Amino acid sequence: MNALELHDVHKSFGDHEVLRGIDLDVAEHEVVCLIGASGSGKSTLLRCVNLLEPIDAGRILVGGDVVTARGADVNRVRRRIGIVFQAYNLFPHMTVLRNVTLGPTRVLGRPRADAEEEARALLGRFGLAARAADYPERLSGGQQQRVAIVRALAMRPELMLLDEVTSALDPELVAEVLQVIRELAAGGMTMVIATHEMSFARDIADRVCFLDDGVILEQGPPERILSTPDEPRTQQFLQRIIAAGRM
Amino acid sequence: MKRTFFDWDQFKDSMPEIARAFLLNVKMFCIAEVFILVFALLLAVLRSLPGPVFFPLRAIAIVYADFFRGVPTILVIAVLGFGAPALQLQNVPLSTTFWGIVALILVYTAYVSEVYRAGIESVHPSQEAAARSLGLNRWQALRFVVLPQAVRRVVPPLLNDFIGLQKDTALVGFLGSVEAFKQSQIDAAATFNYTSYLAAAVLFVALTIPLARFTDWLIARDRRRRQTARVA
Repeated sequence: MNALELHDVHKSFGDHEVLRGIDLDVAEHEVVCLIGASGSGKSTLLRCVNLLEPIDAGRILVGGDVVTARGADVNRVRRRIGIVFQAYNLFPHMTVLRNVTLGPTRVLGRPRADAEEEARALLGRFGLAARAADYPERLSGGQQQRVAIVRALAMRPELMLLDEVTSALDPELVAEVLQVIRELAAGGMTMVIATHEMSFARDIADRVCFLDDGVILEQGPPERILSTPDEPRTQQFLQRIIAAGRM
Repeated sequence: MKRTFFDWDQFKDSMPEIARAFLLNVKMFCIAEVFILVFALLLAVLRSLPGPVFFPLRAIAIVYADFFRGVPTILVIAVLGFGAPALQLQNVPLSTTFWGIVALILVYTAYVSEVYRAGIESVHPSQEAAARSLGLNRWQALRFVVLPQAVRRVVPPLLNDFIGLQKDTALVGFLGSVEAFKQSQIDAAATFNYTSYLAAAVLFVALTIPLARFTDWLIARDRRRRQTARVA
């Protein structure tokens, strides 16, 4: 059974069709990287999987369950999927610890003490133990993004979606966040990662999908897609990335 | 002029009675404020509900806010204060003070709900998305993530409305309730000296200043809490 399946998913904003028939299967423990230019639909795809955006046509299955059916309990589906955003989106009025325990206590109904113990353990694992009582604006961007990852992990998701999680970071802070993601991958977490970090994608991905204008134009193992892609559009995209000094 | 407005003896003589009457202003203010804070929040939340299903509720909230912000406060006070008791219905209180408070609640709920609404709309949608992505339902996201941030941001404008409310309690004197303004009017009429008005003014200002400082303190405390590193 696949952790995630998308069948012919379409999504429009007004007249603009952002996703034009996406088919994608992600196996359990697989790490899939989505690459492609800004506006190619990477973020929208992830937001659709998490049901933050309703899709116009097609089907999405999480762990074999159709989650886009009419009447599906969106809150129940979202518990199973962790998502981390480009801009961290931590809750600025709560301490780091409260950010992490909000979901487990309010959604999963776990006792505060349990949730805090687990949150502290998770924070400790990612080098954030000393930050538990701080408010997010006291933290560096890299720390905030790691807290956002911990916040998602605290829900014990089956699947993690990472939406360009390093794009808003200063260059020197990127590595610490990528390291966290590597650890997750090593731990067997199923992940779909939208990213502009090509060398990271080459390192971590089991498979790379190139999105172009709302469709997956090409996919395969990172060595092939990032070195010898078949499609001219993929070649062009990679050349631009290389020209920009990002690979 | 000094004698008609700044007569020290007159000031001293009228102060105790006006101060006693002023307690009624404080009481009206406190009672009205509690209801306004709750009702206005409800109204603002109604108005922020998305989707066509909630259109009727949104429409009611909008009409309410437009109406009570448009009508002069003194008019609402007059209609309720003179009108409601005149109906002579059973179980309808006859107290002008009661109806004065109701009128203030109706009017200020409209103002304050707009303040709350501005606060709710100032919270970036990504905050709600983050909350919903954790599995929180719409109500939980509003309660734990959106509203706490919204309310913090609108404390200063809320205070502004509180001060307005505090002053407008004087309008209830118009119904005959003997609050500070009415009492000073009585004193002025008895002595042909207007120093008593000054006494009432001093009392109103004296109540406003601590309220303003309290808000400053709240804002400063919130800022400090978020910016000071604390050792875990």
